[in-house]
Amino acid sequence: MSLVSPDLARRQLPDRLKTPLQRFLVSWELLLLGVAVAVFVLNSFASPYFLDPWNLSDATFNFTEKAMIAFAMALLIISGEIDLSVASILALASTAMGFAVQLGADTPVLVLTGLAVGLACGAFNGLLVTGFGLPSIVVTIGTMSLFRGISYIVLGDKAYTGYPSDFAFFGQGYVWWVISFEFVLFALLAVVFAVLLHRTNFGRAVYVIGNNPVGALFSGIRVPNVKFALFVLTGLMSGVAAICLTSRLGATRPSIAFGWELEVVTMVVLGGVSILGGSGTIPGVVIAAFVMGMVTFGFGLLNVPGIVMSIFIGLLLIAVIALPRIARRLLAGRKD
Amino acid sequence: MIRLLFKSREMILGAAILVLMAAIASRFPAFVAPSNLANVLNDTAPLIILALGQMVVILTRCIDLSVAANLALTGMAVAMLNTVMPGLPIPVILLVALCLGALMGLINGLLVWKLDIPPIVVTLGTMTIFRGIIFVISGGEWINAHEMSDTFKAFPRAVLFGLPVLSWIAIAVAAGFVVLVGRTPLGRAFFAVGGNPHAAVYTGIDVGRTQCAAYVLSGALAGLTGYLWVARYAVAYVDIAAGFELEVVAACVIGGISIAGGIGSVGGALLGALFLGIVKNALPVIHISPFWQLAISGSAIIIAVAFNATSSRAKGRVILKKAEHAL
Repeated sequence: MSLVSPDLARRQLPDRLKTPLQRFLVSWELLLLGVAVAVFVLNSFASPYFLDPWNLSDATFNFTEKAMIAFAMALLIISGEIDLSVASILALASTAMGFAVQLGADTPVLVLTGLAVGLACGAFNGLLVTGFGLPSIVVTIGTMSLFRGISYIVLGDKAYTGYPSDFAFFGQGYVWWVISFEFVLFALLAVVFAVLLHRTNFGRAVYVIGNNPVGALFSGIRVPNVKFALFVLTGLMSGVAAICLTSRLGATRPSIAFGWELEVVTMVVLGGVSILGGSGTIPGVVIAAFVMGMVTFGFGLLNVPGIVMSIFIGLLLIAVIALPRIARRLLAGRKD
Repeated sequence: MIRLLFKSREMILGAAILVLMAAIASRFPAFVAPSNLANVLNDTAPLIILALGQMVVILTRCIDLSVAANLALTGMAVAMLNTVMPGLPIPVILLVALCLGALMGLINGLLVWKLDIPPIVVTLGTMTIFRGIIFVISGGEWINAHEMSDTFKAFPRAVLFGLPVLSWIAIAVAAGFVVLVGRTPLGRAFFAVGGNPHAAVYTGIDVGRTQCAAYVLSGALAGLTGYLWVARYAVAYVDIAAGFELEVVAACVIGGISIAGGIGSVGGALLGALFLGIVKNALPVIHISPFWQLAISGSAIIIAVAFNATSSRAKGRVILKKAEHAL
């Protein structure tokens, strides 16, 4: 019999922290990696066309653009905020680029336009949230309809086409053999965001704000500045995604990327980021991006319509949050 | 007293609506003719019903983004029921629509209550799931006017005392909400849960159950509107009322219902919905493309939420001053 009461024992700190390997073995990321491998194997059994290198390369387009937004969104959600307007920022940036094409802009100007619009939209969100102290959910529901609304005002039922041929490189170009430019950009951004979140003071501040905003303020972190920067970053990444997607599709309609905010949030949550803020990792989001891309691609090979896939994504979003809670409750029940 | 009246949210919004209507009437007097206003009310009826349901959800610090998908799914389900059994009487259809909608609300509510999942995530998820299910049950097909029975289509349009049934239902729901929110323990509980969940627990209110009740109410109203919508427009397909959830939330936010919970009134939700309804109906009259609609509701949400934030801050100061005077 232990002399310490179980209640007290639970509060005791361990003598030594678990090694990184031990922590990895019980982590969400490893579970997710298992799922990714399982999906990959299942897909290769389900369709004979899956294991073709070019098909696999095509499959990456299912997630690269969404994942670029998801990296920034992960930081934003970890800090306890959310941005539901990302897909609308993408639409507005794409519309602005289409408009610039009509004025005769060349590729560098188009890229700058896309980035600038994304940046401006993100700054607008950030200003409303941090400057006026408004809840980010309502603000971004509002801007979600405002930004896409402006695209509708500009475009109506028309579409912008006629992008210059060298602009196509961003969405359709290949760097080496089957490795697309988008995939390289995705990998590069994954590294940048992983370093930013896990290896810099800024990343540390993001975690602190998500766990305890008041504590963060008292420990000298400029909470509004960090949050504003995160909104700007999310807007900027939406602009980057807009460049890639517009270049890949070669046309802009106001309904471009409709409903992507849901998929981006799902990707982030699936990657193990707590929707309440304070925890999550970039590697998790990267693996989640692969899982979602592979699942969508597998369904596509099996001729499942897109809207049925969206049922799956919706279920995934709820299940990913619900299952750990149910499991924890069951485990807690067994202890008592 | 006059100052208090002036400060009340409903008065400001009511005045804004009057100014808006006067501005439109100065150029297009036909807009304010009673028959046209009745049309505007009828057009806005679905928004009013859904905004009232959304109001109680927001009062309890939750949000229901699945209302439009719920509406579309219930609408498709009753339309399909009607094609299979054309003889089914209207009361049965109404009951089916209410129950189906309530069931979907219950799913949202249980996920929020029993599993503690953030409401925005739950309803964002169920929103796409419900839409997907419409595609699965309908196979992506449309159900057109000629496939629906005449009684099914006639009900919301039947004129009673000068107004269509659709308008009367919206009025009845609003009246019901005045009683429910102002005169019942459940109505009190909605405010208590949103105002201070911890205090609500100590007064014996089950926070989760109250939130679940709000979702069921919102879902049932969405279901009811689903039938009315499909019958009125005599068509059902996957994308009906797409994006309508934003308009519903916008109506609530414009109506002064605080997204932080616990603050709001039936009158506010009603006026918020009417404001959007009037704008929507006035756009074609003043020759502005309907493509402006989305941007206008977006800006309205942002302006209203900014306004709410500043006015609630001012309110806190007034209360303090009053307390000082009392001493």
